[in-house]
Order: sequence, then structure tokens, then C-alpha cells
Amino acid sequence: MSFFPMAKTVLKSMFKKPVTRRYPFVVRPYFKNTRGKIKVDINLCSFCGICQKKCPTAAIKVGRNEKKWRIDRLRCIACGYCVDSCPKKCLSMENEYSKPVIDRTKDIY
Amino acid sequence: MSKRTIIPFGPQHPVLPEPIHLDLVLEDEKVVEAIPKIGFIHRGLERLVEKKDFLDFVYVAERICGICSFIHGLTYCVALEQIMKIEVPPRSQYLRTIWSELSRIHSHLMWLGLIADAFGFESLFMHCWRLRENILDIIEETTGGRVIFGSAKIGGVRKDIAEDKLAEIVAKLGIYEREIREITNVFIKDSSVKHRLVGVGVLTKDEVYKLGAVGPTLRASGVAMDMRKLGYAAYNKINFEPIVETSGDSYSRCQVRIRELFQSIDIIRQCVSKIEEGPIEAAVTGLPNGEFFARTEQPRGEVIYYAKADGTRFLKRLRVRTPTFANLPALIKMLKGCELADVPVLVLTIDPCISCTER
Repeated sequence: MSFFPMAKTVLKSMFKKPVTRRYPFVVRPYFKNTRGKIKVDINLCSFCGICQKKCPTAAIKVGRNEKKWRIDRLRCIACGYCVDSCPKKCLSMENEYSKPVIDRTKDIY
Repeated sequence: MSKRTIIPFGPQHPVLPEPIHLDLVLEDEKVVEAIPKIGFIHRGLERLVEKKDFLDFVYVAERICGICSFIHGLTYCVALEQIMKIEVPPRSQYLRTIWSELSRIHSHLMWLGLIADAFGFESLFMHCWRLRENILDIIEETTGGRVIFGSAKIGGVRKDIAEDKLAEIVAKLGIYEREIREITNVFIKDSSVKHRLVGVGVLTKDEVYKLGAVGPTLRASGVAMDMRKLGYAAYNKINFEPIVETSGDSYSRCQVRIRELFQSIDIIRQCVSKIEEGPIEAAVTGLPNGEFFARTEQPRGEVIYYAKADGTRFLKRLRVRTPTFANLPALIKMLKGCELADVPVLVLTIDPCISCTER
């Protein structure tokens, strides 16, 4: 039986800086690979609709005739399957999360 | 004989934010019977498989659980690869092993924090979760997600880890190993922790085997059963032995998990030293036809995926037997005869994941 096994950790923490951040003032940098949100380069898009077909949560809707590409950011789970399957490579993954919203709107491109 | 009272425990309760309901029949302070009830968050994911392309379902399978997510995806992939007879490249097998072990480390650290919280050791809880954050950073750096890896894929993996990154992970794990040892020593040695865990919820080797328990719950009672020994992913090339404790109480369940933390770090080191150059995915051609039982080891125990395909893009049937579901009978057995104050600790010792259980 050891005596005060937590004491070392407690004493060390007294002299260390806190591991947490003061969030709104200090923001953690995103990693390069972080799956944040989908970005579309609409000029390259051919509106083939493969991303719509592949999307596991049906967040993407592609209007073939009116040439519109819509995404529901709140449905999107950022799995990146659409990015992998896009034949024109117009979709890419940004490493920043999408901003908080106050209503359910679709981003239309 | 004293009067019997029934205390409803859950679905919202102080143990963990997951809905399990237990009717605890008490005589004074002793629990004489516990009646479980689940089904509060059933999502019907097994039915969804009939409407989703088998290639897309990996992402759904991975979201069955928020903690052992990668291994769920991996098991689904293993099942489909066996049905379609796909040869998975060795590099991706090693990467799968590394990610599986990273998810085991972060899950066990989370569990250690939760158990510390359950017996009221708040500062220990904070320290465990501080360490877990470091592991989550490694995961996010390599896969892009903190708990949902999204890197499993039928035929291989979606992302590669560069050689220098692998070396960096091993170097970081060396530092974290020392820190983890410092914190886990508290669990092993501290008298207040021992007071809450030693001799609580004892299950004998015979009982636990007959009740069909899996994972650390089973191994803590002396049954050396670890699905990693089946040799899926690259485990057949890794040198390790299942971790077994013999006393079968909450303390030994805690010890099994602590020792598994260091074993996982060791497995990652072995993987990095043995990993081969090469492609990370094999081409998937054709459609699945046949059936397969895939069994893998999650942080919580053995998970079974039964997949049946009939040569179309949609699977005929997918059945998932998750570890918590198998551990519930053992939990009910443990709860009989325990003190009311020990119920939260005992519920936690099986590491319950209810969203897994109900799918």
C-alpha cells in the first residue's frame, strides 16, 4: 500500500499551466486532416448527381435541370464520401467546422 | 423479513448519459433483484441496411457507437470482405490495427474517468480525460475525426499515415505512457479507490462463462478469451497475450482495462516496427453473395456482425450483437445482493454502451 499515490500529480498540477483553453479567446487550431465541412467549386461541377446518390444521410440535393447544388449542413455528417466519389473533383473537405446557425437553411450554390 | 421497495433507476440517471432502465428491488439497502429494460433509443439501423448500398453502409455501421466507432466499421468491412473474398493489402491491415488500438486506449481512458466519477473521485476523472484528449488529438490528426474515424472502407482504409507521422505517434505514446502510468497507479494503489472496488460485484469464472459475458468482464474472472487472437486485421502478426485477472470483482475489471492500455501501446509499437510499404486499398468488384459471421474485439468485448447478401447492392440481413448486450446478464447477476450505493459503480464496470446495444 502506497501513501498518497495522487500527491505527486496534485503537486505537479499546482505549478503547471491549466491544460484547458479560455475558449472564445483562445481557439484550438484545426488539424490539416480534420473533416470540417464540404466545400464545392461550383464552376467545375457537372451536376451528375453522384454525390447525392452516395450521401449516407441524403444531405446533398442536386438539381440537374436548374443547375443548382444544395447541401443541408445540419444533416451532413462530414464523412467525405462525396469528396471521394466526385468524378470532377469539385468537392473538397475544409478543415474548419461550419459555424453555428439559428435556422435550418440549405446552402445553395 | 424487511419490507421490499422498488427503486426505478434510469433511464436518466447519474452514471452515464445513456438510457438504461433498471427496476431495483430493495430490502433495506440491499438489492435483491434488478429488472432491466432497454429500448429507449432504438434506431433501426439493421433495417436500414436493406435500403442502403453495401458500400455506403460502412458510414452508418461506424455510427452505431460513438466510442468504438472504428471497430464497428472495421467489423462490417471484415464481414463484407470475407463474403466477397477480397484480399486486403498488408499496409491497410496494420493501419486498421493501429486505429483499433488507439480507439481502445481512448475508450479505456474514458472508462477510467467515468468510474472515478462514479465513486466520486473528481480530480482523477479530470486527469483521465486530460490524457484521453491527447489520444483524440492523434486520432484527429491521422483520420480527420475525433471519435468517428471514417477511415474504414471495404477493401482497405481511406487514409494513409506517413512514415514520419507513425514515428511521431510512437514517440508521443512513449510520453503519454509515463503519464498514464502515473494516473493508473492511483487506481491500483489508492486505498479509497480500493475501498469502493475490491470485492464488489464478484463473478466466478464458471458463472461469467455461463452468462455469456465478453471482454474485460470475462477476462477479469479468469477466462482468457480475446477475439484479437482470431487474427483479423494484422493481429496474427502481432505478439500479445490476452490479459487475465482472477478475482472477478470490480477491482480486477479495472485492472484488466489498465493493463490493456499498456498492451495497446505495445501493439501500436509493434505495428509501426512491422508495417510494410504498399497500397492501402484493394479494388472492390462485383456484388456480395453469401453470408459471414465477423467477430472482433472492441474495448467493451466481442462484437459479432452477421451479414447476408444475395448478389444485389443491398444486403439481405445484417445482425449486430454488441458487447454490452452480452454483458447485461452478467450485470444483473452482479447487482443481486449488492448495496444500493454500489449500483452506479457496478453498472459502470461492464462499460455499458446503450446506443450500441439498441442500434
